[in-house]
Amino acid sequence: MQNQAIQVNGLQKSYKKLHVLRGVDFAVEKGSIFALLGSNGAGKTTVVKILATLLKQDSGTANVNGFDVASKPDNVRRSISLTGQFAAVDEILTGRENLLMIARLRHVSDPRQVSDDLLRRFGLIDAADRAVATYSGGMRRRLDIAMSLVGNPKLIFLDEPTTGLDPEARLEVWKIVKALADGGTTVLLTTQYLEEAEQLADRIAILHEGKIIANGTLAELKRLFPPAKVEYVEKQPTLEEIFLAIVGKDKQEAK
Amino acid sequence: MEATRSYFFNDMGVMLGRSMRHVLRSLDTIITVCIMPIAFMLLFVYVFGGAIRAGTDNYVNYLLPGILLIAIASGIAYTSYRLFMDMQRGIFERFHSMPIARSAPLWGHVLTSLVSNGISVVVIILVALVMGFRSSAGVLSWLAVAGILALFTLALTWIAVIAGLSAKTVDGAGAFSYPLIFLPFISSAFVPTDTMPGPVRAFAENQPVTAIVEAIRALLSGQPVGNDIWVALAWCFAILIVAYLFAMRAYNRKAA
Repeated sequence: MQNQAIQVNGLQKSYKKLHVLRGVDFAVEKGSIFALLGSNGAGKTTVVKILATLLKQDSGTANVNGFDVASKPDNVRRSISLTGQFAAVDEILTGRENLLMIARLRHVSDPRQVSDDLLRRFGLIDAADRAVATYSGGMRRRLDIAMSLVGNPKLIFLDEPTTGLDPEARLEVWKIVKALADGGTTVLLTTQYLEEAEQLADRIAILHEGKIIANGTLAELKRLFPPAKVEYVEKQPTLEEIFLAIVGKDKQEAK
Repeated sequence: MEATRSYFFNDMGVMLGRSMRHVLRSLDTIITVCIMPIAFMLLFVYVFGGAIRAGTDNYVNYLLPGILLIAIASGIAYTSYRLFMDMQRGIFERFHSMPIARSAPLWGHVLTSLVSNGISVVVIILVALVMGFRSSAGVLSWLAVAGILALFTLALTWIAVIAGLSAKTVDGAGAFSYPLIFLPFISSAFVPTDTMPGPVRAFAENQPVTAIVEAIRALLSGQPVGNDIWVALAWCFAILIVAYLFAMRAYNRKAA
């Protein structure tokens, strides 16, 4: 119990006639990365919204950092941060102003220092005083995540953090997520990319048609399938590897 | 709960600072809220003005209250637009998942509307002074005018909030303001109502803009305001309260 950052029991939610969640149960250990894997419309975002106090469930309970989301939303909000599906950044403000705004809203003692540190940590210091409208998708996502880290929340929700990003930006986000967990932050991320879950997560839960149909470590999930046959396959580079190799070479040449 | 309440004004201040930057950094907002009403004023005074018999020798004095109301009616469309964009872009979700007062993001927009419309009203009055506007009003009368305009702005802003929260498209979020901008034309803002045909005149004389225009005009020219000011205040308060209730209902539904 004390070791769990999130406990979800029998969560149900319907939008009018659409029964999105049909009894979802899972638990997330403190300091771990937990991936909620599922296709579009499986209910991942609905789960995250309920846990982040944006939606109320119809039935079932959800406990975040020791607080019930329905009865103690303010306590929950103080201990979490949400990075939604679409980069929730203010395009008209600069990167620095975005961070300052969140720092002031989180009432940290030194907003300037906090935003400077985050700008540096996320490689945004050169772009700090440009309007976010001029940022690339990867930069926006980095700023978005940086904004979520203001005030060092214990738990961070990342709803499809790499959807729409190019491969390089995706690798960067992965690095950030790993570093977060190494620093002791609990991460719940949703994704539709199998590889992302495989790369990042300590535990993976598969959400399908409103229910968790599998939940375990990667090794445990692999055991659910019949033992692998040994086959000899000639290893071909994936397109992603080729792309990254060429792009990386170009960069080195440019230097 | 206590913590969120004691930070309410801080949070609202941050929100106000944010959306004031939006106003000051978007050229088209400034053009619409200041330059368009000024263009109307120039047009009516120097093009139509000579042919209009308003029973006054200073048409700028006669016209100014209506121009101010048009400026406010077009200014509030941006509140609706900004609110709509906030909902679309997910930044409201970020705010609502943070430990801040639930209504702070909304009040930030409402206050911005008051401040930015206040600025455009002042700019328009300064231009009017250059064009020959003169007033014999004392400090108290000016304060009363400011109060009525602020109340009118608030009332329309809450209507804009309803539109911004319930619109399905960007165009829809702004479209509601067109009839509001048009209302002053069917009132005593530009011409006296006597020459209008019966039904139009009946509408013009009994719609809120006429009472508000007449009250402001009387205050600025040092005439007795009579009943108009009470009718004007009653309209503003009534619209304000009804719009506020509907807006809050829409807001609470969106931000459960």
